[in-house]
Amino acid sequence: MSAHIHPVASLLAAIARGISGVQVQWAGCEPDERQRIYFANHTSHLDFVVLWSALPSEIRARTRPIAAKDYWHETPLRRYLAENVFRAVLLERGSLARTKNPEETHFVGRHLIEDMASALGEKNSLILFPEGTRGSGEKIGPFRSGLYHVALRRPDVELVPAYLENLNRILPKGEFLPVPMLSLLTFGKPIQVAPDEDKDLFLERAREAVSSLRRIGPA
Amino acid sequence: MLEAFRDPKLVWLFGGVLCLLAISSVVGSILRSRQKPGVSRTTIDNLNARIRAWWKMCAIFAASILVGRIGSLILFGVISFLAMREYMTLVPTRRGDHRTLFWSFFVIMPLQYYLIGIQWYGLFAIMIPVLACIFIPPSIAMAGDTEHFLERASKIQFGIMVCVYSLSHAPALLLLKIPGFEGHDARLLLYLVIVDQMSDVLQYVWGKLIGKHKIAWRVSPNKTWEGFVGGVVSATALGTALWWATPFTPLQSAGMSLMICILGFNGGLVMSAIKRDIGIKDFGLLIEGHGGILDRIDSLCFAAPIFFHLVRYYFVP
Repeated sequence: MSAHIHPVASLLAAIARGISGVQVQWAGCEPDERQRIYFANHTSHLDFVVLWSALPSEIRARTRPIAAKDYWHETPLRRYLAENVFRAVLLERGSLARTKNPEETHFVGRHLIEDMASALGEKNSLILFPEGTRGSGEKIGPFRSGLYHVALRRPDVELVPAYLENLNRILPKGEFLPVPMLSLLTFGKPIQVAPDEDKDLFLERAREAVSSLRRIGPA
Repeated sequence: MLEAFRDPKLVWLFGGVLCLLAISSVVGSILRSRQKPGVSRTTIDNLNARIRAWWKMCAIFAASILVGRIGSLILFGVISFLAMREYMTLVPTRRGDHRTLFWSFFVIMPLQYYLIGIQWYGLFAIMIPVLACIFIPPSIAMAGDTEHFLERASKIQFGIMVCVYSLSHAPALLLLKIPGFEGHDARLLLYLVIVDQMSDVLQYVWGKLIGKHKIAWRVSPNKTWEGFVGGVVSATALGTALWWATPFTPLQSAGMSLMICILGFNGGLVMSAIKRDIGIKDFGLLIEGHGGILDRIDSLCFAAPIFFHLVRYYFVP
């Protein structure tokens, strides 16, 4: 995949930055070209674009979002934005939960992880919202297991937690017109799966890594 | 465009501001070079940062006045936007306020400045205090969330009154048709801004130099009686000395300046009280890189409407 940014993506990133007045703080790491998975809390449609726009452009060109296929395939516009503009990696949300027997679960699971791993490839980074859906912003929901599996599959990739603050007030779920308040994005210290670490323990630790970056009490 | 250059008194006003800035830059760098190593530099660095910010603000302000009435309108519109953005970020709003806020930012605010642009004084004067303030509570109620309803409605009403309605009276000075003063209205705007901002600066300086007795220590530990009296007296003296740029006599100019200074002080006091109330420490993070526009203009927001109406009442037939 060539490192090239779609002009519409750059435009939307500029608009999102303007609307969200976002201030970026690299609190636990510095911007780096190495392969990473940025994982963050999810409260707004602006989340991905704001996080993505906060990366330096050479990194941005190689950073792709993970998104839900069911949602982003619903209308032609969404499909165009996801596939052509942002080169999203679209996954079947909840397909694991729908499986009927252990073999099928195993098969579907492998498939999802392979999709993410191949999207990472040699050079790419990913942006992932492990809650799987947008929350109200009051607290972070439980993380889904994809982060854990892809981390095991690609131990060379850094896992960088990030917290997006106040975007739930700028463009909350269910609204399509934004209110231009100010927001804050904090990148934390990368985490790793510890040897023999249990899946649920790791996911809880990852969630903790994100929520510890929160700077302001619930508004 | 560039008509302003043909008004020698306006050029003198700007020239005075530039001299003042140049002097403060020199003083700032002398203080800096004299500072002994090891002594805390924060106050002086802070002073120099403020002076640099003032240079930028003056450049933007001068550019907007040179462009003419539309330039001032756009400038103050942008300031209103940035101020209201800070205010609404700091004030806790709820999900149910979202659409009302959208209307406030994207309909009410531009409309207010548009009305100045088309010189419709009657609607300009009632747009926000009457129409917007009646529109806001039912629009919040429509969202169906009754928690803290009255508080939320009032917070939005107050924000839009201060950040948009009050502030818009500064560029609205350009609407006033004062006999014998036609075409010079930019001077009136500049006079208001100079006296108001110098009053802030001088209160700060006097307070730092001789401030002892706190006025309202719970609200703002930096405001002292010495700073207040020193700042108001010296800024009023400055304003009086600028009478030649205005339609006022020296005595009238003294009265106007005194009024601007005292109201400006009140604006600062109210904004400090709001910050204490919300606990700005946390939320301050959000506006860190945005310069704290609200802090700069709080005094202007309180002085501008009264100044406007005094001028309109006494000088416009």
